[in-house]
Amino acid sequence: MITFIVRRLLISLVLVFFISLISFFIITLTPGSPYPWGELNPKISESVKANFRKQFHLDEPIWKQYWFNMRGLFTGELRSIKDGRPVLERITERLPATLALNVCAIVIALSFGLLVGVYSARVAGQWQDTALSTVSFALLAIPEFWVAYLLIIGLTEWFAVPLMGTVSHGIVFPNALASSLDWIWHLALPATLLALGSVAAQSRYVRASMLETLREDYIRTARAKGLPSEKVLYHHALRNSLRPVITGIGGLLPALIGGAVIIETIFAYPGIGRLGYQAVLERDYPTLVALNFITAVLVLLGNLLADILYSLVDPRVRLE
Amino acid sequence: MNPPAQTPLARVVSRFRRNRIGLISLAAIIVLFVVAAVFAVLSFAHVPFPMDPNATNLERKLLPPNLTNWLGTDNLGRDLFSRMLHGSYISLTVGFVAVAVSLLIGVVVGAISGYFGRWVDNIIMRAVDAIMCFPTFFLILTAVALLGPSMLNIIVVIGLVSWTGTARLVRAEFLTLRETEYVRAARALGQRTPAIIFRHILPNAFAPIFVTAVLGIPAAILTEAGLSFLGFGVQPPQATWGNIISDGKTYLLDAWWLIVFPGLAIFLAALAFYLAGDALRQAAETRSERK
Repeated sequence: MITFIVRRLLISLVLVFFISLISFFIITLTPGSPYPWGELNPKISESVKANFRKQFHLDEPIWKQYWFNMRGLFTGELRSIKDGRPVLERITERLPATLALNVCAIVIALSFGLLVGVYSARVAGQWQDTALSTVSFALLAIPEFWVAYLLIIGLTEWFAVPLMGTVSHGIVFPNALASSLDWIWHLALPATLLALGSVAAQSRYVRASMLETLREDYIRTARAKGLPSEKVLYHHALRNSLRPVITGIGGLLPALIGGAVIIETIFAYPGIGRLGYQAVLERDYPTLVALNFITAVLVLLGNLLADILYSLVDPRVRLE
Repeated sequence: MNPPAQTPLARVVSRFRRNRIGLISLAAIIVLFVVAAVFAVLSFAHVPFPMDPNATNLERKLLPPNLTNWLGTDNLGRDLFSRMLHGSYISLTVGFVAVAVSLLIGVVVGAISGYFGRWVDNIIMRAVDAIMCFPTFFLILTAVALLGPSMLNIIVVIGLVSWTGTARLVRAEFLTLRETEYVRAARALGQRTPAIIFRHILPNAFAPIFVTAVLGIPAAILTEAGLSFLGFGVQPPQATWGNIISDGKTYLLDAWWLIVFPGLAIFLAALAFYLAGDALRQAAETRSERK
């Protein structure tokens, strides 16, 4: 068990190294001007450019730049080109909003995915299964920014759903309960939209995994014992088909964080995704390097946690 | 007892033909293809049919769907229907070529990793794991924004980022197939490694690779639409389904048609590929899914 965790941690360290390489070089090796004012602006003198290059270590060889970047990232000295504030600070202040959004989306994706997936496995091959799988693919195929706008058109016409930001401005709430309800109310729409595709993907995994488990011998044994089919389904089959589902949460995360770029931009939600989009618009290299690195490491940690938790729960994985 | 022997391909085709959803989606894809091809030609030849997609007419701006402009007009009075038709080939081209790029990388990397195993496999798979940790859309957005948005850049970047799934799949197939009798026989006969990989193993892994490719197309189409929406797609005045929505969002509450119709086009195109891909997966599956 301990050796398993230690081994996984060591592999993760190797992965972190790969991740740092990719997040640095994707930005450095792409051609294009690093200057926030553009390459050919005649009003900027050579000395200003030289100063800028020196400040952000652009005059050093590339491996040294990589070293400065990573060191700066870990010591917190890496600063944004845009406003000169430490990149870590800019990211951490946005982190809670993004985490709330993603956790909500994951909860929605998992619960609905599980419900739909188990049901489709139960009716596999019948018309309900075909209908549900078609709906799942429809959810995957819907461009989320499109639904977002359709909903904005619909909801502002007929309902008073709050659309922008995390809280309603200009309203003084009488107590903490009311203000947190306001916060949740603001979270509802973006989280649901973000989860749409993942609900579909998750339900397909659950269905496939359930069908696989239902073919096992111990299921036949349980049926042969005369157990009611509900008990076999929910007690024996569901528990054993959860492994790919739980480890699949790790796979959800990159999609969610990526999708959040669009959703957060539309709903003016102050999270990491929107910070990333702004950094892209401003060509803020240090922020981009840090964002790509930090999100990837967060995903890695999420994966690792899911694997370790699962090996604690499921005796079959202990020997891996 | 068994039906007379069929070639595997004939079996897949006959099973696919019994799937109604699959057939409808395939028909939709073919229609889309023909439309895209015809209007790609018209677009390059600057034929204004049904109207010039870029001709502005400020007297007729933001008109709802009517008899002259079937799907309405945008804020510059351009005909939405013509813009959507002339932009249709962008989505399809990006979808297909990006998937081709990602297939090429994925198959080669996966084949090398699975065939050689050991430390080669270890290094490659750790790198693949690392790439899979990145939020794909954000990575693509970053790269396209820095490279400069153009159709070529979008295609290359989507391809460069999305090959990991294919690589894993191909690797898994190769790990099983390289132990089969006929591969050992080929090796014992002194066949060279590339010949074994490409002539003997790869054709047998064709079905799952083809299915992932088909399912990769709608994903690429949606990514392109998302990039277009954020302003990093193919640049105006060239119309794409994504950038029509992006421009139209300013007039959200006045001109619903600028959002609804192009979005519907993206949605239906992606759905057709997903459903066709899924039907193909079912037809190619060797194991029965029945309980």
